[in-house]
Formats: sequence, C-alpha cells, structure tokens
Amino acid sequence: MEIPDTLDRQLLDRFQRDFPLDPQPYARIAEALGCGEAEVLERLARLKERGAIARIGLTVRPNTVGASTLAAMAVPSDRLEPVAALVSGIEEVNHNYQREDRLNLWFVVTAPTRERVDRVLERIEAETGLHVLDLPMEAGYHLDLGFALWE
Amino acid sequence: MGMIEHAGRVLDRLRRGLPLVPRPYAAIADDLGIGEEDVLAVLRHLDEVGAVGRFGVIVDHQTLGYTANAMVVWDVPAEAVDEVGRRITRCGGVSLCYRRTPRPPLWPYALYTMIHGRSRDEVTARVDAIAARCGLEDVDRQLLFTVRRFKQTAACYGRRAAAPTNESRGGE
Repeated sequence: MEIPDTLDRQLLDRFQRDFPLDPQPYARIAEALGCGEAEVLERLARLKERGAIARIGLTVRPNTVGASTLAAMAVPSDRLEPVAALVSGIEEVNHNYQREDRLNLWFVVTAPTRERVDRVLERIEAETGLHVLDLPMEAGYHLDLGFALWE
Repeated sequence: MGMIEHAGRVLDRLRRGLPLVPRPYAAIADDLGIGEEDVLAVLRHLDEVGAVGRFGVIVDHQTLGYTANAMVVWDVPAEAVDEVGRRITRCGGVSLCYRRTPRPPLWPYALYTMIHGRSRDEVTARVDAIAARCGLEDVDRQLLFTVRRFKQTAACYGRRAAAPTNESRGGE
C-alpha cells in the first residue's frame, strides 16, 4: 500500500495501547491529534479497508483469562495445504503460519479452558495422524505491547 | 449479571473489533443488551487486574511493509532462561520474548523471540546484533522465518457460538 501520511502514521503508532476508555474515544484521539472526530473515524475506516489495521481490539495477557498454547507440526510437504486448511478451519486457532523448518506448521490455540485447548490438539492429531508438539508459555519477559512503525 | 459474565461477552464481541462510530462502547452495549457503563466497567476492570496485554489499534505488519518475520529460538540451559530472557528484553530489538516448555530431544528450545523487519537481511542482522549485545554468540539458535500466513484473527477467550453442525449448514 502507499506510504501513510503523518496523520495516518500517528493513528497507527500512538494508539496501539491505552486506547481511551471514554464514551467517545475517537473524539479524545481527535483532540490529541488536533483534528476532528469525523476525520479520525474516516481515516481509521480507510486504514482498515486497506488492510493496515486488522481491528481495534484487545489482547489478553497469557494465563490470565482463558488458556492458550503454541503448537507445531512437521507436515509432509505434499500434505501441507490440506493440513493447514484443516487447522485454520478450527475456531480456537487464531494464528497459523508456515515456517522454514522441518517443523513447518506453527499455530496458536486459544480457548476459555485448558481442557478445550487439549481437545483441539487431540482432534488435530486424530484427523491428521500427525504428532502435534504442545509448547505452552511458562513466562513472558516482553509481551506484545505494540511497536513503533516509524521512529 | 455479574462482571465475569459481562466480561466473557464483551471480550467475545471485541473479537470483531471496536466499531468505528462516535460511541462504540454504547454500540457494543446495545448489541449485548447491557449498559454503556457496564462495557466500560468491564474493560477498566480487566485492565486493573492486569489481564490486558494491550487495548488499541492492532496493525497488520505485513501490509505496512514488515514482510520479514522470524521466530528465533535460543538453546539456553533451563536454569539460565529467565536471566537471558530479561537480558534480551533490556537489549531491545525484539517484539516478543518468552519462555515455553521445551520438548527434547525433538525441540530443546525454551527461549523464544519474535523479530519483525522489512527484509530478511534486516532481521538476520538484528538477530546477530542481539546475540552480540547480549553475549549469546555461542548459544545455538534457529531463525524460523514465516513463509506463509494461513490465518491471523482475534483469539477466542470467552464464550463463543456453538460450532456449526452439518445440519445447521443445510446438511452439506
């Protein structure tokens, strides 16, 4: 996509965390940026349409609400597409990537309980006949806090 | 309904993102049949108890040109993982750093870092710099570059609709 202008960059960079918990958050952002609320809404909608913004949303710290794990599989290359499609089709799978390694399929399973995470992993093993490596997080030293796109 | 019940429904609704309307919390509240102040109270409560990683604009790094992403794993001995993890975090240059259960001999790695860059060379150079700055040149590491992104959506923390059955999809 084209290079965002200064106001778009500020919208993308400055509000990745601590989004205003105010009945009119976009008006508060507009005040901070010195523009109008309508312009903030219009620009955010355009950035979302272009795919620069996935959503305005909330991420939960691991092991506070619900349960999650990172899982990895060594999928034979001729089966990668169908196995990846099967994994992506599961609602509890929120991230699914092909990576450069013998363990070539990496995905994150998040659910309200650890039991449901286990059921998802068991189902994938049963349906693919492949081993799923379960790699739960034990400690976070630097979690997702967003990062500056433009220094 | 109490805070916990509200929290599950608000989190579930937020998976689709905060609406782009002047009073987005009121719009969510209307969807859920609760008050605007209830939605804000849930979000403030989750923040106060430390459950929120972050709440805000979730950008798509790939669309914005950060097309080279690597998960870098370091084979640090179990007893040193915490100390090295904190050292890497202080050194900077990583977007995530955490410890996961190792599964030797297949997967001995316990320390994970995620590195986003505009090119493969930039990411590789950053990993070398982290190793040098943090004294990890002799530690075995692997860079697992992303080849393809099959799925990236919001996580499912709370309640969710029942999975569609064959029947509800029209018996296909």
